Amino acid sequence: MKLGEALARWPVVRQLREGDPLGLGRAAQSERSRALEPRSDEADHVVQSICPYCAVGCGQLVHVKDGEVTHIEGDPASPISRGRLCPKGQASKSYVQSPLREYKVKYRRPYGTRWEELPLDDAMGMIVQRILDTRTASWDDELNRTMAIGNLGGATLDNEENYLIKKLCVGLGIVQVENQARI
Amino acid sequence: MGSNMAENHPVGFQWVMEARERGARVFHIDPRFTRTSAMSTDWIGIRAGSDIAFLGGVVNYILENERYFEEYVKHFTNAPAIIHEDFVDTEDLDGLFSGWDPEKGKYDPTSWQYAGMEAHGAAGQREQGFETRGEQSGHGGHGGGLQHGEPPEEDLELKHPRCVFQLLKKHYARYTPELVADTCGCSVDDFLEYCSAICDNSGRERTGAFVYSVGWTQHTVGVQYIRTAAIVQQLLGNMGRPGGGIMALRGHASIQGSTDIPTLFNILPGYLPMPHTETYGDFQNFIDANTSPTGWWGHFDAYWVSLMKAYFGENATEGNDWLFHELPRVDDDNSVYWTTLQMLDGNVKGYIIAGENPAVGNSNSKAHRLALAKLDWLVVRDVVEIESAAFWYDSPEIESGELRTEEIPTEIFFLPAATHTEKDGSFTNTQRLLQWHWQATEPKSDCRSELWFYFHLGRMIKQKLAGSEAPRDKLIKALRWEYPTHSAIQEPDAEAVLQEVSGREIESGTFLDGYPKLKADGSTLCGCWIYCGCFKDGVNQTARKEPYWEQGYVAPEWAWAWPANRRLLYNRASADPDGKPWSERKKYVWWDEEQKKWTGLDVPDFEEDKEPGYVPPDDAKAEKAIAGDHPFIMQADGRSWLFVPQGLEDGPLPTHYEPHESPFDNSLYSQRANPRRQQFERPENPYNPVGSEPGSELYPYVATTYRLTEHHTAGGMSRTVPYLSELQPEMFCEVSPELAKEAGLEHGGWATIYSSRSAIEARVLVTDRIPPIEVQGRKTHQIGLPYHWGSRGLTTGGAANDLSSIALDPNVHIQEVKAFSVGIRPGRRPRGAALPRFVEEMRSRAR
Amino acid sequence: MLDSYGPEAKERMGFFTDTSVCIGCKACEVACKEWNLVPEDGLVWTGESYDNTSELGANTWRHVAFIEQSDPLRWLMSSDVCKHCTHAGCLDVCPTGSLFRTEYGTVVVQQDICNGCGYCVPACPFGVLDKRHLPRQDPPALPVLTKEEDGRVWKCTLCYDRLKGGHEPACAKACPTDSIQFGPLDELRERADKRLEKLQAENWNGARLYGRDPGDGVGGFGAFFLLLDEPEVYGLPPDPVVTTRDLPSMYRSAAIAAGAVVAGVLAAFVGGST
Repeated sequence: MKLGEALARWPVVRQLREGDPLGLGRAAQSERSRALEPRSDEADHVVQSICPYCAVGCGQLVHVKDGEVTHIEGDPASPISRGRLCPKGQASKSYVQSPLREYKVKYRRPYGTRWEELPLDDAMGMIVQRILDTRTASWDDELNRTMAIGNLGGATLDNEENYLIKKLCVGLGIVQVENQARI
Repeated sequence: MGSNMAENHPVGFQWVMEARERGARVFHIDPRFTRTSAMSTDWIGIRAGSDIAFLGGVVNYILENERYFEEYVKHFTNAPAIIHEDFVDTEDLDGLFSGWDPEKGKYDPTSWQYAGMEAHGAAGQREQGFETRGEQSGHGGHGGGLQHGEPPEEDLELKHPRCVFQLLKKHYARYTPELVADTCGCSVDDFLEYCSAICDNSGRERTGAFVYSVGWTQHTVGVQYIRTAAIVQQLLGNMGRPGGGIMALRGHASIQGSTDIPTLFNILPGYLPMPHTETYGDFQNFIDANTSPTGWWGHFDAYWVSLMKAYFGENATEGNDWLFHELPRVDDDNSVYWTTLQMLDGNVKGYIIAGENPAVGNSNSKAHRLALAKLDWLVVRDVVEIESAAFWYDSPEIESGELRTEEIPTEIFFLPAATHTEKDGSFTNTQRLLQWHWQATEPKSDCRSELWFYFHLGRMIKQKLAGSEAPRDKLIKALRWEYPTHSAIQEPDAEAVLQEVSGREIESGTFLDGYPKLKADGSTLCGCWIYCGCFKDGVNQTARKEPYWEQGYVAPEWAWAWPANRRLLYNRASADPDGKPWSERKKYVWWDEEQKKWTGLDVPDFEEDKEPGYVPPDDAKAEKAIAGDHPFIMQADGRSWLFVPQGLEDGPLPTHYEPHESPFDNSLYSQRANPRRQQFERPENPYNPVGSEPGSELYPYVATTYRLTEHHTAGGMSRTVPYLSELQPEMFCEVSPELAKEAGLEHGGWATIYSSRSAIEARVLVTDRIPPIEVQGRKTHQIGLPYHWGSRGLTTGGAANDLSSIALDPNVHIQEVKAFSVGIRPGRRPRGAALPRFVEEMRSRAR
Repeated sequence: MLDSYGPEAKERMGFFTDTSVCIGCKACEVACKEWNLVPEDGLVWTGESYDNTSELGANTWRHVAFIEQSDPLRWLMSSDVCKHCTHAGCLDVCPTGSLFRTEYGTVVVQQDICNGCGYCVPACPFGVLDKRHLPRQDPPALPVLTKEEDGRVWKCTLCYDRLKGGHEPACAKACPTDSIQFGPLDELRERADKRLEKLQAENWNGARLYGRDPGDGVGGFGAFFLLLDEPEVYGLPPDPVVTTRDLPSMYRSAAIAAGAVVAGVLAAFVGGST
């Protein structure tokens, strides 16, 4: 830094030159403050989404940078929410990045006392086998069904997901398909 | 009523606040003075479980004071219909309607029918030994015997003693302001103030609306709560009109969607019934049993066949009755509570839980945890490790020794799920709006969407069974299961699924633009008839995001509402019988005489060119049999039903019953609670002594459960979030200063709350917001219990649902957690094995 | 001080928090924390109605107070925030130039400068300024926590970064009922006057404006309120005064004294040379 520049940054000089003799305004503004810009403006892309909590269905804007969600706020275009969110909707980023979030399959064997690791593919294969074995053992020829298997959940899921769940369960003769609409 | 909107639907509440600012009266009628009450112009405190008495009083007020909207009532409701001469009201049978079979514990609804109609259904189904029931028959279809959509006998003067209007008058005559005050615990003045306000805000120029939530549904007589409001709104002419109606505020992002495209045992997409265990004989009998000759349910066959074509493609043919005979059959009740009890009995071996937490969220959650410990295998899919995945090493039962980890046989697979930001898809919100959300980021590591899980599960199963000749595998082999996938993890294309839901003409592949295009000949496929057209023109209509400021207040270009993008159902009722708006102020949809069509601010919920004066010819079928002045086109007679001749398990008219567990007897009848309620008394689900029974004094208080703004349902999506957990970091109970004094509770201290099921502890919040009330001449206390907590997460605590029981509404199998009885005492709960001992000791003292 | 920005000066921006429509949802608290990456502040149940945040602090820049009243039954809710005073004591006493007045007239702590001396903490008549103490680490704290954040003073910036990008502050954006309104202060004052008039015409018991008056002890707030009761009821000082009010006269006295010393010294020198 040249001496002149350094001198120009010297607070007393800035205070006098910038008409801020008390040094409480512009003269006190740091480089960081001067260059500050909103984090959301740095997003690679912004996705229109819908809040995952209650059934009001507020619009959300999900800001993404480098493949990570950096910010979620209300979508101003929504005629339902007009850009506003409640504390839960506003906490959506913390929800998708919860410190308690699980990223790996966990397996507990019968009578086991701890969780074990299990590759996802293996888990899928084992679940398929469990379903088929239980189904075969409990099949009711007359009523085309198994009463030994149930499926629970749906109100937090997408319509497309619920559609596949019900369709698959009908195909398999699993009739005990239920969700939060009862609770 | 039955809703705490400001707390549980805060962003929706902005519209209520705006209405208040513009002069609307906002009444909050609730046991607790909540954040909603604080924002309302009026709060009326009532006893939890007494809403039908309150609303029945309103019906009586309207009728006694002739405040009903006469023209609307005469033309748009079934008030003039004359009911079967065998009908006997609860007022004459001490709390039972005619048709009660004490042995079966069920009603035979024959005597509830319109006079002059065949006993039941269209095709003599009863003779054949089967009937439509519960939710499946609630469409108001099945109007067998209706001639061109009109009840056989009517009295437009509303004077005939057996016309619906007169029956209503008689039924509610005892619901006087004094009875309301004595049953609900409110003042006569407050009640009358409410009555006059809602009447003053109804009619041609004004409309009034009800908002409810699970505060109404979670009762053993829950459906009838909503029915009572429906009667009020019909009498006041508030249905199908802007600013009117009954708004159900639902609790999850797509709970409406998961009912429309159900993950429910008894229905298929679009509220089509699952076939029952009865033998239907041939397929046509099934179709006939579910088809109404009049109204839009007249096309049941088209909806059904199109669904089967979506499910089974070319494998479903007319020749094989569209695979009807291979479909699985359901019993009267295979709901979640029934399944849980079956687990306890060892009959259910495997369970998949995807985005639900019964170990905290379901009533008598202890029974659910014990049930999970009986399974052979369990799959839990969630974002975090919820209580339902951890019960085998972390639960009150492990602590008490009732369960021992090394003795639990259950094999458990925990599979991490993707969040809404990690997948494409649509949610259906509380007002029937399908809203698409786009994927923002890729799910990490093993996290996957449910779409991925179920698609690949199905794909792998079908692969395994490809060579099977077993009859049981015929249907799964016939299932059409081809969806394109994308990305490295082979995520199925959610839009491809939505396209199947929306429907196509099979041969041309053309997207259908609405359910009137559906055919019963197998030429169309549609995964959910009420969603038909949500992908019309090949455009994802649910992803439309036209900003609200670019359109009128109805905002039809934002997302897509079922059916047919209609924002307000039955909106033909916003015009008078002649098709003119009831008033300029409340103009919405009307008949344009010049253009000879219905028009307005919304998509008319009526055939566009059906004139208001249309009278159906004698041979008219389906919607053609509905007259031009009958707006309720899904009903067989085109009217809204004040009196429900068919479709409800527990009576054609709502009447006040005490909650299953109430410290009071019924002041109206010796029949204390809903006679048809579902009860399951067994060791895992004992009930408290009630009313004047000995021992009820041990459980003397009315408990009611609820949610807080800062948390979400069973906590999986909020107790795991630091910013939410810190705002409500601990389980607490709300009690009045009087109860605190009576029970020796200290503000900020601990209380143990107990029922016959279990005991939990909570911090004590003493507040004037839950005042004691006087009912039947005695003072009683209510205890408020948020139900968010469990043993996992950043903040943990007692689960309120450990206290409640499994006692259900007979129509929809929903549990009663908004009013049940408990005891309370100071201090923390007993630990370890002392906990079940304490609960048992209280029970034995009660016996 | 806005003059110091010359042509870069903006209209003075602020908040008008209208508590008559506050539903106590705390969206403002969460929105603020999400945007500003403010750490979780401990999981402590207080028993103070539904208020488990208790007060403004380094880790709480919006705080919703809940006041239960029994006769008549009322539940008052109010979202408190830094007042961004016209005469800000914190600004006056900051020795490092960390606190400064922005081109929007708001008062902001610059984290790259603050050394945690804490002079500003007692200078605030509202107790807003606070040194950050890290919350306990178990259960896990937020990933944003780093060591360098410990010990400095943190408070509401009126979302200075968002303002620079043309966005409204996070809390105002989130507020479901528009209880928190953001805008040019002059406009907000006008709007508040009209609002008060309406409420008084509707006989709202106790409605008043707090911090709207430029003639008060801190020269008016940049973030002012419509309350439904006395400020004390909400835990707010009824008549706040800038703690550095007497500084100018103190400086004058000090200057006179200093002048006398200088004169004396000079006299001594002068005297010495003669």
